[in-house]
Amino acid sequence: MLLRHTPVEIKERKSLTVNPAKACQPIGAMYAALGIHGCLPHSHGSQGCCAYHRSTLTRHYKEPIMAATSSFTEGSSVFGGQSNLLQAINNIFTIYNPDIIAVHTTCLSETIGDDVNQICRKAKDDGKVPEGKYVIHTNTPGYVGSHITGFSNMVKSMVKHFSESTGEKKNQINIISGWVEPSDMREIKKLAKNIGVKIVLFPDTSDVLDAPQRGKHSFYPKGGVTIPELKSTGDSKFTLALGRFASEAPAKELEKKCKVRYRVVDIPLGLSATDRFVTACSRAAGVNVPDSITEERGRLVDIITDMQQYFYNKKVALFGDPDHLIALTEFLVDLDMKPIHIISGTSGKQFEKRIRKILECKVPEANVKNGATADMFLLHQWIKNEPVDLLIGNTYGKYIARDEDIPFIRMGFPILDRIGHSYFPTVGYTGGMRILEKILAALMDRQDRDSLEESFELVM
Amino acid sequence: MKSDTKLPEPCGIQEDILKKYPSKVARKRSKSIVLNDPKTEQEIQANIRTVPGIITQRGCCYAGCKGVVLGPTRDIINLTHGPIGCGFYSWATRRNQTRPGPDGDNFMPYCFSTDMQDDNIVFGGEKKLREAIQEAYDIFHPKMIGIFATCPVGLIGDDIHAVAREMKEKLGINIFGFSCEGYKGVSQSAGHHIANNQIFKHVVGLDDTVKEGKFKINLLGEYNIGGDAFLIEDLFKRCGLTLISTYSGNSSVDHFANSHTADLNLIMCHRSINYVAKMMEKKFGIPWLKINFIGAEATAKSLRKIAQYFGDKELIKQVEKVIGEEMPAVLEARKDVEPRTRGKLAMIFVGGSRAHHYQYLFSEIGMKTVAAGYEFAHRDDYEGRKVLPQIKVDADSRNIEEVVVEKDPKRYRLRKTEQELDALKKKGMEISKYEGMMSEMEPNSVVIDDISQYETEKLIDKYKPAVFCAGIKEKYTVQKRGIPMKQLHSYDYGGPFAAFKGAINFYREMDRTVNTKVWRMIKAPWENEPEITATFVVE
Ligand code: SF4
Ligand code: SF4
Repeated sequence: MLLRHTPVEIKERKSLTVNPAKACQPIGAMYAALGIHGCLPHSHGSQGCCAYHRSTLTRHYKEPIMAATSSFTEGSSVFGGQSNLLQAINNIFTIYNPDIIAVHTTCLSETIGDDVNQICRKAKDDGKVPEGKYVIHTNTPGYVGSHITGFSNMVKSMVKHFSESTGEKKNQINIISGWVEPSDMREIKKLAKNIGVKIVLFPDTSDVLDAPQRGKHSFYPKGGVTIPELKSTGDSKFTLALGRFASEAPAKELEKKCKVRYRVVDIPLGLSATDRFVTACSRAAGVNVPDSITEERGRLVDIITDMQQYFYNKKVALFGDPDHLIALTEFLVDLDMKPIHIISGTSGKQFEKRIRKILECKVPEANVKNGATADMFLLHQWIKNEPVDLLIGNTYGKYIARDEDIPFIRMGFPILDRIGHSYFPTVGYTGGMRILEKILAALMDRQDRDSLEESFELVM
Repeated sequence: MKSDTKLPEPCGIQEDILKKYPSKVARKRSKSIVLNDPKTEQEIQANIRTVPGIITQRGCCYAGCKGVVLGPTRDIINLTHGPIGCGFYSWATRRNQTRPGPDGDNFMPYCFSTDMQDDNIVFGGEKKLREAIQEAYDIFHPKMIGIFATCPVGLIGDDIHAVAREMKEKLGINIFGFSCEGYKGVSQSAGHHIANNQIFKHVVGLDDTVKEGKFKINLLGEYNIGGDAFLIEDLFKRCGLTLISTYSGNSSVDHFANSHTADLNLIMCHRSINYVAKMMEKKFGIPWLKINFIGAEATAKSLRKIAQYFGDKELIKQVEKVIGEEMPAVLEARKDVEPRTRGKLAMIFVGGSRAHHYQYLFSEIGMKTVAAGYEFAHRDDYEGRKVLPQIKVDADSRNIEEVVVEKDPKRYRLRKTEQELDALKKKGMEISKYEGMMSEMEPNSVVIDDISQYETEKLIDKYKPAVFCAGIKEKYTVQKRGIPMKQLHSYDYGGPFAAFKGAINFYREMDRTVNTKVWRMIKAPWENEPEITATFVVE
């Protein structure tokens, strides 16, 4: 047994988190910043945070994750990190020559109260920011929210720094991607193109974190939303924000700053959420949904009709990030599955409300918890008390899956032990098909493994 | 490393690297880049701050303390006091393998954190820490709890040591803290030191039971990545050596508590663990030997050194027997692999001793280490302990406690008399000594401390090595340049590479790494062809 000390009996915990279902803000900010073309993320704090964030993102993407750090020492923690950041900005532009540096803070610089806004301004005033280059920044204390909050904050900063309205509307809509994979961003762009709507997707990590092997490392790969594109978001007709937790704050900011109206829709993961996304896109752009998309949808529905028996009433436990879990829970319910245990480390009252609403008819008694001490230890205890047929979550779920012998599908962040997530989307109808393929493979492999010799099936 | 061919001249590499840097940075970095000449005494700048904005390999003090030294021990609850991230990222990511001990305890697959929130930052986190310890105790009943401070903790003034004392008293188990805030020191190194200090102060010497065994040893600085320590343990057993404790891989705090009863300390990773060896030497009279089980020849040499130290005929015979059993397979593998690896160039930039140790393995299959350096080592790891008196303690290291150790009035016991030690030294044995890496590297090799991303690129472009060794953050930037990369922290989830069997694994692994077909398939067939101008198919 790997998690041999996890007891069945659940004791209330107030202060101890065991096996967290969240990471901290800066890693989200770093990931978001990599979705800007020519950007070098910068971590303002001690170098440990930056090393951890780069390592985790690298393990997840199997790609170079470039980011710099202010390398605080004990001295900087006492006297403030201004000189570190000024020096860093100068060195980064000289040595690594990005178009833009995206600074985020850490627990350390937040605790000592560094004013990064003022420091970045000073860098500019002191001539440390070359002509045509940019330094943007955001506040991401690790002791507030989670990696999703940090992602959201960095995207909001993109709006704050770049979006501008020229007074002339452009025939385009903004899509704020939320924390999804490069493959998903590519799929969203494809969907929009097929619908016939011109979009600015931001951030956009496709062609950055799924870069091809061509025998040379380009420090700034060809992908990422460009600065002119970001600027133009202020002139867009409308904003679709994917996922309340990751994308509403930047959308709101954009409305405030440039009067671009917005609507929050779920990440288009699964049938119903994708339906809503497609509808919203077509409405926003005033175009009809083309038949090719309806056909794609039909293929997804076809799998569900054909394989219904394998989904029906299977109990599922899931953990991860709120925007994903909301869409995923709805999809599972659409499949007639029963999500009975749901955990997210990210706090926010909206989460439980939304999930309860989705589960209202199917599993009103489900265990749902998010925020402090909503961790994988609790999830495991729930599973021990009421076993499930399937577990869905990030790589850390494999310990529970192995101990309890549960079929397991990796979805979410981080996935440290498998590839695929950066190449094959889980959003859109195509992504939905991939999720179904995974669920079916997991459940059917299990049936094959466990069935008696006499009931072993050739055709399924 | 001995070799029959010479390394390429490093002409201009230093200037080439430095020229892009702002002048202040160039001046600073120039002292950390040395063109090696093993015949002269060269100084290298090490263990100093990384320049802000430079993309470095280094991590923080907390990582060195909680992640490296304490992480691999199964039967202690390592509680991170801080916001969630630090604990999350150091959760099971270092591949230290362990088997549960006889009591069945193994907390290593778990991550424990106080998950501090903003009101804890504003009003202090001691109450939360106290509660978390109580909850951990109520649920898990551990025999020991270690508390690890992260960056904000020191700044807001939480006294983790006071809380530890209070809870130790209350719960009656051993609880103690590590002030390893990430901003201390300049790298993981400070954290190693703090970990050494606290284990020594709070654990070593708690259990005086004298275990059976004629030749009792501790293995220090072996972290059992990918099962290295399992192979070494097996060798010890077969040779007739009794392993009291390993710091720290497949390890138990009970073993630490008893480790002062050993006769000899063996140091693998000099950087991370020499402190505890020094303290044990002073307090309990245990001498130490620098050994190395990376490389088959180095393993044989180390075993012989240990046998010679004890000077027991039976042991010497047994060690030879074990070496004799292992070497044929090693030589056979080498014979198979070497024709495909001979003469190829390697670069190694990791850690505190691997950059040194792995050079032995490469040389066994005829590969040459053209450049190497450490991520968080000090000058003595490069130049040898002889430079210790010259190293000035700067502002960044000043606050790392130097524990004052005195002879233990009851338990100090000379393992060897002065005369015996002198006699061994006369025979050429180096006791409590380490010569460092540079004297063993070839002329013309390049030594760089705390190498940056930019310097890595420069080196690769100049030498086009057959393999580059570093950590996960460097992995894909190197491979995207078409150069195979081998992680030497995590072994790319392979290994073990220690001892004889590990050497064979490594030979085969290098054969695969440098010769695998894919590196020749990077270019699409049409990329090598002239551009096609005529159109043969009309739509
Ligand atoms: S929680 Fe804070 S200190 Fe820890 S890694 Fe995240 S930002 Fe750094
Ligand atoms: S906050 Fe401090 S202790 Fe935590 S990872 Fe960052 S540098 Fe290390």
